[in-house]
Parts: sequence; C-alpha cells; structure tokens
Amino acid sequence: MERLNRSEKIFKVFSYTMIIIFALLALYPVLYAFSVSISGKVAYESGQIVLLPKEVTFQAYDMVLHNKGFWIAYTNTLFYTVLGTAWSMAISITGAYALQKTKLMFRRQWNFLLVFTMWFSAGMIPLYLNYKTMHVDNRWGMIIAFGVQAYNIILLRNYFSSIPKEIEEAAIMDGANEFQMLGKVYIPMSTASIATVTLFYAISRWNGYYWSRMLLSNPYEQPLQVYLRQLIENYQKLYDESPVNLAYSADSLAYAIIICSIIPVLVIYPYIQKYFAKGVNMGGVKG
Amino acid sequence: MAFICTPASPGNLVCYVAYKPMGGLLIAFKRFDPQFGVWGSEFKGIDNFINLVSGVNKVEFWQAFRNTFIISAYSLIFGFPVPIILALLFAEIGNDTVRKLTQTATYLPHFLSEVTITGIALMLVYSGVRSTGIIASLLQQIGLIEPGVSIMQKSNYFRPLYIMVGIWKESGYNSIVYFAAIMGISPTLYEALKVDGGNKFQEIRFITFPGMAPTLIIMIIMRIGSMLTIGYERVLLLYNANIYVTADVLSTFEQRIGILSGNYGIGAAVSLFNSLIAFALVIGANTISRNISETSLW
Repeated sequence: MERLNRSEKIFKVFSYTMIIIFALLALYPVLYAFSVSISGKVAYESGQIVLLPKEVTFQAYDMVLHNKGFWIAYTNTLFYTVLGTAWSMAISITGAYALQKTKLMFRRQWNFLLVFTMWFSAGMIPLYLNYKTMHVDNRWGMIIAFGVQAYNIILLRNYFSSIPKEIEEAAIMDGANEFQMLGKVYIPMSTASIATVTLFYAISRWNGYYWSRMLLSNPYEQPLQVYLRQLIENYQKLYDESPVNLAYSADSLAYAIIICSIIPVLVIYPYIQKYFAKGVNMGGVKG
Repeated sequence: MAFICTPASPGNLVCYVAYKPMGGLLIAFKRFDPQFGVWGSEFKGIDNFINLVSGVNKVEFWQAFRNTFIISAYSLIFGFPVPIILALLFAEIGNDTVRKLTQTATYLPHFLSEVTITGIALMLVYSGVRSTGIIASLLQQIGLIEPGVSIMQKSNYFRPLYIMVGIWKESGYNSIVYFAAIMGISPTLYEALKVDGGNKFQEIRFITFPGMAPTLIIMIIMRIGSMLTIGYERVLLLYNANIYVTADVLSTFEQRIGILSGNYGIGAAVSLFNSLIAFALVIGANTISRNISETSLW
C-alpha cells in the first residue's frame, strides 16, 4: 500500500464524501419520483414523502397500465427503436467501411461532406419544410430520414481504420470480396465498437421527442416521449376525470407515468454503461 | 467495384437530410408560399431580416438573442466546472466498487430522455393548490420563495432552473472524458512531485490540470461552437408563455414564429442567422485554440 501524506489523506476523505453526495443527488429525483408514485394521497399532499413511500399503493400504475394510449405509444417506440436502430446500423457500418477505404475515390471530400454537417446545419425551418416536402411525417419516414448521425459514422470509421491493413491484405490474398471483407473481417473485429454505436442509436431513438412531435400528427404513430409529454401537461385533467375517488394523488399518477417510461432504460442501463463510457473515449474528436 | 456503391446509401441520406435543406435557407430571402415551394416563392431580398431586427418582431427577436447568449454563458460558467470536479473526485476513489457505483449513479440522468428529466423537474418545483413539489417546499421553508408562488410562472427562476437541470443531466456523463484524461497521466509524474515534497493541491495544480489541458480545450471549443443550438429542446419543455422574457432563445423563437405561426420566411431568416453565428463560433474557437495551444478539432 502506498504511503499517503497528510494532504492526500484529507483529500481522500473529502473525495469519498463528496462523490457519495453527488451520486445520491443524481439519483434522488428518480427515487423520489418512484416513492411518490406508490404513495397514498393524504401522505403526499400533506408533504410527508421525503424519500421513502408511505401508505403504499400501486393503483396509479394500474391506471397507467390500463391506458390504451400508453400502450399504443409504447409499441410505437419499440417499433421505432428496433427498426430505426437496425436501419441506422446498416447504413452506418457500410458508410464507415467505405469512408475509411484508401482506394475510395474522393475519400477526403466524402469525409468532409460528412463532418461539415456537424458544424453547419440548415436550421430548424428549412429542415422542417424539407421533411414536410419529403413526407417524413409518417412511421417509415421517421425511421429512414433520421437514420444517420455523422458523429456515429465517424466513431465507427475511426475504429475500422485502426484495424491493421495486413489483415485486410491477407483476406484479399484469400480472395475475399468487399462484402466478405466487411462481414468476416471488419465486423467481427469491432464488435465492442459496433455495440457502442448501436446503443447510441437505440437510446436516441427511445428518447427522441422534438421531431416526432413536430412531424407526426397521427396519434396512432406517435412515440412514447410525445405521449408522455402530453400526459405530463394534462395529468391533472386525466386525474379529475376519474369517476371514483382515488387513493393516490394526481402527482402520483404523473410520476407513475414517468417511471413506466424509463423502466426499460433502467433495466438495461447497468449492463450497457461500460459501452457508453468506451464510446466517449474511443472516438476522439478529430473528424 | 461493389464498395463504390456503399458510400452512396448514407451519402444520399446525408445529402437529403442535411444538404438539401441548406438550399431551403433561400426562403430566408423570400416570402414563402407552400404552394410554390422553396424555388417558386417570390423573392423579397432582405425584407425578412429587416423585419426581425427593426420590424414588428424586433422586441421578441432581440430578447431571444440576448437570452441565448446569457443562458449559454451561465451554463458555461456554472455547468462547465462540475464534470471536471467530478472527474477529479472519481480519480481519488481507490475502491473500485464505490467508484463503479457512484459513476453508474451520476451517469444515469444522461440516459433518461429530455421529456422525463424536465417532467420530473417541473413536478419538483411545482407549487399549486393541491400539492407542492419537494424542491418548491424546501425553498419555501428556507424563505427563498414565497408560499403559493409558482416557480414556473416567475421569470427570474427560469435560468437557475435550466442550469440546474443541465448540471443534473449531463455532469456525470461529461466527466467521463476528463476522467479518461486524468487516468492517462503518467503516475511517475505524481511520484516525482511527491519525492520533491509536493502536497495534493500542488499535484492538482501542476500535474493534473496541465495533463488534462488538451481535453479541456477541446471541450470548451465544442461548448462554444454549440452555444446557439444546444439545449433548445430543454428550453422548449421547461418554458411557458409567462416567462419568455428570460427563457425564450433563438431556437424556440424560430420554432414559434416559423412553424407554429407559419411565417416560414422570417423563421428561416432566424435559422440562417443562427447557423451562421454557430458556424463562426466553431471556426473562431478552433482558430484561437490552435494558435494559443496547438490543440484543435481539425
């Protein structure tokens, strides 16, 4: 064990204390939301809930889970996330593979075109009008048009180009064509990076709100986030419409909706966390 | 030859969703009529820009313009140091279990959606007839706000709320890159300083900070470059008509006037303005950084 001098000891104790406080503060709103969602009306409205739930009841969840709109939105989000991520990965992998090929004609120019989109965007209004004229305002439009994020392609491209060229040469000697090269050499050698980028896309699909809200007018096509926002704006009305006297407060209902929407993220989050940390560090920032 | 086709698929998509709308910026100089589209609409010169800076929309435009910079500056001042502090603290945690757990906890809010995060935040500061959010009631107890006053209806609370939400959501996640930078510093440097009798604070001052300087600079460039666009979704989800005076930013103004009210020409003028300043900021920050520190994005 290394010897610590006095200032180091003080700093160690200070660090442990502070980091635990930070961690608790970061978690607190979510824990609190959960506690309120399962607490009774009287306990909550008289301000008794600080961290732990009181007068535990799951009726708020019952109401959320019997809400038809909620399930429609949930299914839609699953659809957008699964198909959207698959589509994104298909074009990001092929794109990244091509962009790192030294024999690609106009390689520098292609790469510049991609990176430039990260620094200059047409802006909201031209984007909106463009989406409208291209009829991106439906399920398939959403999936196809929001398929690529330049940053993710760059992450993959950088990883692909770090694969030793000798391996590629060996594969060429064995008579591999481009598709075999990608499928049998590049992809198997970059599974961790591909997992990272897949998760980046999946999370951004799951959490996406703005353009779905702007473009999708059919309520049967709207994803969970859009529906969630509507509920957050109108939960008191929904609560008041209930014919019976409820044992939980209106806020419990709102929190129950929020908790239901984040359960999938919470469940897979501990497993995927390491990939995200990796992704942030592996890409570097150079275009 | 097959590979020649492969850049075409993402290439086409990038062209259609990123480059084609750039042509649409032309409507900033037109009176846009959906019937005639971008190319067929009547050309009006810089009418839309004049309307913005000195016409009927000037009050709202300048208000949004000012707010954009004020909110960005506050976020930078208050939000930027937090992940750095977190990374310094994480680097001190020798116990792997404690570090993993605390990292997991602090990264979590980043993975929750903006709708979720702002939803929880709005509930926590809500104060109404039937119930009071826990943060609102805490602030009432320590006398910072009057009972019955809703934080979301008072313009002077918006900016602190916005910045706190940002710190909550992104600090942990943003600490990852600083933490990696600190981990990349050679341990021999620390040992050498220790042999020379240096204390912890000298260590941070003379080894850790210089060691993470390139990362810091890159992060500042990225922050400044995205100053105008970042977080508009968060503003949109947090603000309301009563607090436009402190909360409205260029992007939200653009959305209201362009998409919601249908003044596409004027909206596009804001878009162009926004994009050009953002672009200039990226180029500017990058050039300055390259000159003073030889660290740059390209």
